[in-house]
Amino acid sequence: MSDLIRLNASELVELLAKREVSSVEVTQAHLDQIAKVGDAVHSFLHISGESALATAKDVDARRAAGEKLADLAGVPIAVKDNLTTTDAPTTAGSKILEGWIPPYDATVVTKLRNQMLPILGKTNLDEFAMGSSTEFSAYGPSKNPWDLERIPGGSGGGSSSVVSSFQSPLAIGSDTGGSIRFPGAVTGTVGIKPTYGAVSRYGLIALASSLDQIGPVARNVLDAAYLQDAIAGHDPHDSTSLPGSLGSMVEAAKRGSLKGKRVGLIKQLSGDGFQQGVRNRFAEALKLITDAGAEIVEVDCPSFEYAIDAYYLILPAEASSNLAKFDSVRFGMRVAPEGTPTIERVMAATREAGFGPEVKRRIILGTYALSSGSFDKFYGAAQKVRTLIQRDFDAAFAKADVLVSPTAPTTAFKFGEKVSDPLAMYLNDIATIPANLAGIPGISVPIGLADEDNLPVGIQFLAPAHEDARLYEVGAALEGILEGIWGKRMMDFAPELKVN
Amino acid sequence: MAKANLMDYEKALELFEVVIGLEVHVELNTNTKMFCGCRNDFGDEPNTNVCPICLGLPGSLPAVNGKAIESSISIGLALGCQIAPTGRFSRKNYFYPDLAKNFQTSQYDEPIAFEGAIDVEVPSGNKYTVLIERAHMEEDAGKLTHIGGATGRIQGAEYSLVDYNRAGVPLVEIVTKPVYGAGAEAPELAAAYVRLIREIVKALGVSDARMERGNVRCDANVSLRPHGQEKLGTRTETKNVNSLRSIERAVRYEIQRQAHILAGGGTIIQETRHWHEDKGATSSGRPKSDADDYRYFPEPDLVPVKPSTELIERLRAALPENPADRRKRLAGEWGFAEMEFRDVVNAGLLDQIEETVANGAKPQAARKWYAGELSRIANAEDKDVSELNITPKQVAELATLVESGKINDRIAREVLSAVLTGEGSPEQIVKDRGLEVVSDDGALIAAIDEALKKQPDVLEKIREGKVQAAGAVIGAVMQAMKGQADAARVRELVLERAASL
Amino acid sequence: MSEITPELVRHLAGLSRIDLDEAEVARFTEQLGLIVDSVAKISQAIDGNTPATSHPIPLANVFRPDVVEPSLTQEQALSGAPDSGQGRFRVAAILDEE
Repeated sequence: MSDLIRLNASELVELLAKREVSSVEVTQAHLDQIAKVGDAVHSFLHISGESALATAKDVDARRAAGEKLADLAGVPIAVKDNLTTTDAPTTAGSKILEGWIPPYDATVVTKLRNQMLPILGKTNLDEFAMGSSTEFSAYGPSKNPWDLERIPGGSGGGSSSVVSSFQSPLAIGSDTGGSIRFPGAVTGTVGIKPTYGAVSRYGLIALASSLDQIGPVARNVLDAAYLQDAIAGHDPHDSTSLPGSLGSMVEAAKRGSLKGKRVGLIKQLSGDGFQQGVRNRFAEALKLITDAGAEIVEVDCPSFEYAIDAYYLILPAEASSNLAKFDSVRFGMRVAPEGTPTIERVMAATREAGFGPEVKRRIILGTYALSSGSFDKFYGAAQKVRTLIQRDFDAAFAKADVLVSPTAPTTAFKFGEKVSDPLAMYLNDIATIPANLAGIPGISVPIGLADEDNLPVGIQFLAPAHEDARLYEVGAALEGILEGIWGKRMMDFAPELKVN
Repeated sequence: MAKANLMDYEKALELFEVVIGLEVHVELNTNTKMFCGCRNDFGDEPNTNVCPICLGLPGSLPAVNGKAIESSISIGLALGCQIAPTGRFSRKNYFYPDLAKNFQTSQYDEPIAFEGAIDVEVPSGNKYTVLIERAHMEEDAGKLTHIGGATGRIQGAEYSLVDYNRAGVPLVEIVTKPVYGAGAEAPELAAAYVRLIREIVKALGVSDARMERGNVRCDANVSLRPHGQEKLGTRTETKNVNSLRSIERAVRYEIQRQAHILAGGGTIIQETRHWHEDKGATSSGRPKSDADDYRYFPEPDLVPVKPSTELIERLRAALPENPADRRKRLAGEWGFAEMEFRDVVNAGLLDQIEETVANGAKPQAARKWYAGELSRIANAEDKDVSELNITPKQVAELATLVESGKINDRIAREVLSAVLTGEGSPEQIVKDRGLEVVSDDGALIAAIDEALKKQPDVLEKIREGKVQAAGAVIGAVMQAMKGQADAARVRELVLERAASL
Repeated sequence: MSEITPELVRHLAGLSRIDLDEAEVARFTEQLGLIVDSVAKISQAIDGNTPATSHPIPLANVFRPDVVEPSLTQEQALSGAPDSGQGRFRVAAILDEE
């Protein structure tokens, strides 16, 4: 049974379809793993064991009756806790939403239910997805299964750790500046931020509306492809969702090829100042890419120097507005100060008590960036830098089919190392942020371990908007090559999880 | 509330030039709200026409009502505006319990329509061209009820209750440029402008335009400057003006109030003021402070609105006759004297009379009923004519009955009262009560002979040629006929009979 | 010298309805000062002609038909409310008229 949890989702898909294993067996195996390592890793904020098994049972019955089901039917999944679910609390990692049960499901959740994936529970995140380590979750951080004293990345550390600790084969994450890709890199898993608009944001508790995107978290590129195919698509509830389909990611992943691809090495993100182990693995990966028949070209994106600045103006600005709705009136926490306070005082006291420090910091910063007198210099300027970044990408993609960089400057750092230094924390996202600003898709694929600490390193591919399939194609190809060289999978390198 | 000192109106105008600006909010009558599919309906159970979007629940996203876009464009076209090739929604950020997201999705620097103009006629007959700065789309807020205070208003309330049924209802805000040169007619101009907006949106069919329901709301801006001064004075914005009459009174009041302050060497505080109909005065609201930094930025959850030329031209072609043209046409068709027509317009009776004529009445008859008896009754009951319990069709029926001679004016007024109390249609009432004028000469002659017999001295006088004396007999006959006779015919017959007896 | 002062931080906290304590005001003044100094260089990157990008993917004219969709029930609407009564959300007295 414990072998079931080590299978990839795509392998489970096959076994389930052939009825060589039941969804109940698969789901129970994962629930057992959750019981075993769940506390140590702290991936989940809420576990929905009963309803997951009920879905699994339903899937098995229908399969037995010969009903044609969705590809992923019966494959368990975990959902980041910033997506609304009617049958489980949705907290966004914040105290201000503690215990809140939404009266509606996110579109992505509805899709998962319709396709009958057993939802194991809601995963941990930095509060309101603000952060890159889960240290800002109001419910305590998640741990990196590779080393429980290290961060699993953020904001989606719950999703990345749940998959890398085999508590679930799949997870849903959200990525605003790297919150899927950075956790992927530091936990040795695969994470994708699709093209902006590819997946409906309806039901995603908004952080920065023009940057947020929902995406798949998995241990394998093909798994992620199945998941993106399952959750992508136009939604009339989301006015920014793409009108058409981006095609089949599964087919692209199965095609898996680097031959003849022009791969653009971004000058500004080629590893200067990055951890040596990261640079070494990256250089090796570039060689493998060339050996596989791709051509590396140099691309120059000078505006990327301002990407982090633009991001840390746009995000807080939009977030300050998006988070205004948390005011004690219609949902969530209410704190009433002594005496007969006015509603203004109740709102201010509630938000003071309910929001954590990083959230408050960004709200204040965002309010400043939008305030009259500052708008042009900050938010206005940042939206213009965005144009420059898009232009740099356009120029780069004229010369290359995909772009490449290390996903992150370092491997997983220890808890506490960066939490008091916002600027240092913000630099984790230096390679991932440009894609969000431009709305283009990006993937992080594990490429090995850093020599100095034996911790996972990820490579990031970027593709033009709408060309997500290219990421799956080159990602699967590189993954195949590496697994061939290693003779095993990335996660097989991970040390045994130490649980008491 | 202390009443402010007011300067005499004429004196105020001698000293100062009046500049006004009007912001009118029009509530659209679409089926659904601006950004979600909830019903756009008045008066339902609280919080039953709500969804995650208009409740501002986490994770919700807006979706634009396409019909509201068309309605907004139509309004812009009717106001002579240019339609923006690219319009955008923006967030107006502020905290208030009736604002579900604590920001209003509105339009800021890219409104859907801008730079228009309409001609407004005031009761005196003077015409003013009011320039339109912009018309933009936004959503309404929820409804607050304040509990525990003495007056049901905010001051002194213990707590408040919020109903979000109205949150998200589509609004179009029409903003004028400052209006100069109206002088003493500024109050009338303000009211006439709003009346015209109501006419326009009603004719377009995009709003029910009922001010008493809040379908049309007006904020009036007033500022004064000494004659000849270039720099504009500080303006105040008066809210809570719920009727055309209030608009006129409020503008007039502000002119007088501000004049008094300025003449005394004081300064006007830039603030929002509230109109109190019962006191006939404005009171100070919140001063405009830097707390009003709305931090506008483009709404990231909504994409730009780029109306195609085809759409704009289709909507332009579907525009109803503009009010000025309509009035010219009707004035020509009806043949009223200028003063008569203007009275009808000023009294807001154009629609009713038009419909009454369409139902077969003669224009003058329709005018007589509406501007006469019906207006009198409405005033006495402190109502608007449109609120009386009679339809234009019924008025036409009544007029036709009189025209055909079936009833006379006096009986008609009796019938009218009966219609207003809900007894039925005019024809029905005449039939049921047997009010039809006796047209049978035989019956009349019998009554006449009877009356003449009873008043031989009158008969003598008539035969002597003193025809005025016939009045006594006519009166007696009318009484005998219970008024159901044509007095003119009776008179004819009286004289005939007197001659032949 | 940063333009972020404790006064400004208090003002921003008021605008965003957060009741910061003095320790937070001091901490945020310092941290925000660093962040703002760092991001201020962004205005060097642009010139007057660069257009702003508000939406990463260029879509336009996304509308929905004016057709009624099911609403929440009153119970669902009030389900998360900390306090409600008479079918409505209940809040403490409001200070300011809007």
